[in-house]
Amino acid sequence: MAARLGLRFAALGYLAALLVFPVGLVFWRTFQHGIGPVIDAATAPEALHALWLTIIIALIVVPANTVFGIVCALVIVRDNFRWKGVLNAVIDLPFALSPVVIGLALYLVYARTGWLGDWLVGHGINVIFALPGMILATIFVSLPFVVRETIPVLREVGIEQEEAAWTLGASPLSTFFRVTMPAIRWGVTYGIVLTTARAIGEFGAVSIVSGSIAGRTETLTLHVQNRFQSFDLTGAYTASVELALLALITLLLMTLLRKETPGGDSDSSGHEALR
Amino acid sequence: MAIAIRRVTKRFGDYLAVDDVSLAIASGSLTALLGPSGSGKSTLLRIVAGLEHPDEGSVSIHGDDATGLPPQKRGVGFVFQHYAAFKHMSVRDNVGFALKIRRRPKSEIRDRVGELLRLVQLDGLADRYPSQLSGGQRQRMALARALAAEPRVLLLDEPFGALDARVRKELRAWLRRLHEEVPVTTVLVTHDQEEAMDVADRVAVMNDGRIEQTGKPRDLYEHPANEFVMSFVGPANRLGEAWIRPHDLEVRHEPNGSSTEAMIERVVHLGFEVRAELVLDDGRRVAAQVTRAEADELDLHEGQTVFVRPSRTHVFSAVGTPPGSS
Repeated sequence: MAARLGLRFAALGYLAALLVFPVGLVFWRTFQHGIGPVIDAATAPEALHALWLTIIIALIVVPANTVFGIVCALVIVRDNFRWKGVLNAVIDLPFALSPVVIGLALYLVYARTGWLGDWLVGHGINVIFALPGMILATIFVSLPFVVRETIPVLREVGIEQEEAAWTLGASPLSTFFRVTMPAIRWGVTYGIVLTTARAIGEFGAVSIVSGSIAGRTETLTLHVQNRFQSFDLTGAYTASVELALLALITLLLMTLLRKETPGGDSDSSGHEALR
Repeated sequence: MAIAIRRVTKRFGDYLAVDDVSLAIASGSLTALLGPSGSGKSTLLRIVAGLEHPDEGSVSIHGDDATGLPPQKRGVGFVFQHYAAFKHMSVRDNVGFALKIRRRPKSEIRDRVGELLRLVQLDGLADRYPSQLSGGQRQRMALARALAAEPRVLLLDEPFGALDARVRKELRAWLRRLHEEVPVTTVLVTHDQEEAMDVADRVAVMNDGRIEQTGKPRDLYEHPANEFVMSFVGPANRLGEAWIRPHDLEVRHEPNGSSTEAMIERVVHLGFEVRAELVLDDGRRVAAQVTRAEADELDLHEGQTVFVRPSRTHVFSAVGTPPGSS
């Protein structure tokens, strides 16, 4: 009993010291001088633009990586081909590489002096220091989450339910939507939560490809950095709180979604299988 | 013929799972594919269902060539060993799945599902989820689901394999009755010879990807074609070249002509029958099976010396015997 209490204390203490306390402090500092300065900071045109940009990027990146992630997981689990091992390893690349390196790599390819950039800019398409580059960078860094969360669930579920659906007359597409997706939904959901968090919070790669131009290519994270460096602490804290709220809303939406699905919690074998 | 399998071969890499198998299954019959694990029986069933594609050979169902057809278009019902229940759907939605896919009117689906649930004795459980059912109930739900679209053939892959012995016996008897009520051509894969003999009216014995013998359960037992069938279908003793069923071994107190002396090592009471495990004078071990009355009369007990004589033996020529089956 004492040992268990000790373990509990260690786990909670660790979380409190490293996570809860610093984040709590940010909230406290933000509202230190009342709500007025916070509203002013949050409604400044540059701050609003940063919030909007962050949301736009997440709205494009998350669906893209969700679709790609499910397709990739299906290919890795269900298909057998020669380069499967390579594909499996490449998907983890964004985990292994520092985001700064990813940003630089994209810069090398798409900048005006880059490999593809010259041609693209010649055709009026700006990637670097513009939204397309920021989206590419965010897709890159948040690529593995849905794949990695879906693969173990897909393995655990097995192929029998799908085979049963085929013999009952369901087409492959119909089988996917009626049988496969419901069976793997919690793995995918968790992958989406992680992807969203990563997309909203990405800093390094986006910082390189965006140029971090206030009011134009500045996301919320970059806005925090810029405000902080200009000694506008209230601005930095306010943007930080907005980031935290975005993450909270994502989690809340997923929890609500989970509650509303019938039969959802009784068979959620998915979560134990996650990593 | 409801199902005609012609010269079907299937390899998985270097492994030959089904080796040039031909089999005809009559309409309305209940046929068991019986064999040890790895004998290719499940693969053959999956080929009939279209879940695997044969490397060579053809499959036709009710006269139509089905070899190239996907499982959706074969008109088969398939039941899996581990139920393959749709876990996120209620029992009602599981059973109605095939009808929903076929876009039948809601009222028709409701009526048909109700009818099927009564047939498999699950009425009242329609709103449960598979996780709230016992194994036997799940498998009956899977059967109802497979029957919903009125398949031309019903394929059962070790359907009772994951259930405990008592439930398995109950379901066997129930399946037999169901087959009489809904006489759809049924193929059952099993590794349990008792189950095959109990349920099926024809049995095909498989080994190493080939069919060793096809026949009525009794014929397989009485007239096995080779050593493998002899040893796999029912208990068997081997004495030199001869094979003897344990109940074909007479046990006496006194020597009688060609009888052999034996010592009883163990007496096993199986209910109506008693099995005596014997060591012959040359050290070989055999089992004899007698009724309890006979055992009482002979007062069989461990350490006792008795004389045994086979009343019936089976001798197989080496030709056509698969290697390694002895």
